[in-house]
Amino acid sequence: MSWGSLDNFLAMGGYGLYVWGSYAVTLLLIAAELVVLARRKRNAVNRIQ
Amino acid sequence: MSINWFKYSSPQTFFPLAGKLALGFGLLALLACGMGLYLGFFVAPTDAQQGEAYRIIFIHVPAAWMSMFLYVVMAFWGGIGLAFNTRLSGMMASAIAPTGALFTFIALWTGSFWGKPTWGTWWVWDARLTSELILLFLYFGFMALQASIDDPRRADRAGAVLALVGVVNVPIIYFSVKWWNTLHQGASVSLTKAPSMAATMLTGMLIMSFGFWFYSIAAVLLRARCIMLVRERSADWAGQYARGAA
Repeated sequence: MSWGSLDNFLAMGGYGLYVWGSYAVTLLLIAAELVVLARRKRNAVNRIQ
Repeated sequence: MSINWFKYSSPQTFFPLAGKLALGFGLLALLACGMGLYLGFFVAPTDAQQGEAYRIIFIHVPAAWMSMFLYVVMAFWGGIGLAFNTRLSGMMASAIAPTGALFTFIALWTGSFWGKPTWGTWWVWDARLTSELILLFLYFGFMALQASIDDPRRADRAGAVLALVGVVNVPIIYFSVKWWNTLHQGASVSLTKAPSMAATMLTGMLIMSFGFWFYSIAAVLLRARCIMLVRERSADWAGQYARGAA
């Protein structure tokens, strides 16, 4: 699969909003989960000390 | 030679193991998702009917599979906890719920973003979509119920009962496309017949599924570690760990 240019890749054949809207939200939520987990761990450690 | 099957059933011994496993599975997840996305965007061809819109499949299907699988695993640990009264089982069930809810939401969200260009609507009350939405509410219900009970062991038991009752919804989701006339398409991949898509699409999707699976294991283990630390905060090992981590 060759896209030719970055513009073509981002356009996703006219479905850019739907494809990237899906991927962006997925990535964002996973990143948010990892941030929440790191914070929760820090709180748990602080509570013991 | 005797094997101590219960060596890792106590938080004290499981905590460090969970940390190492989480790191390993996290790295595997990164590797698998990198490979899966490369296949999905740079190897898999354009779909003849859906154009590029179909590329949502590489997260939609793996997320939907994980949403159901994680629920079953959560109910399994709940059931083990009820049957054997093992502390760690309840902690594992609680640790799974938020990640399960996350993947359920991702499945619904990406499905919506796929439905709009292909069906012309963000949402329909069809059996597959509705039962998946119920799954999200089951996860939320499980978390809300546990959060509302102060005694962790009682919260474990109440959550386990809810998880076990709700597990009936998983086969309903899975078979909904067979049992009812749904706008949602039938299974593209099944054990009984050849998959109905190109080999590179299928490979990319399966590798992404492994990626999500590894990620889920890592996230659940990290959350289980937090739960263990809070619940066992007065134990010696937790104190030692907290001092070391500071």
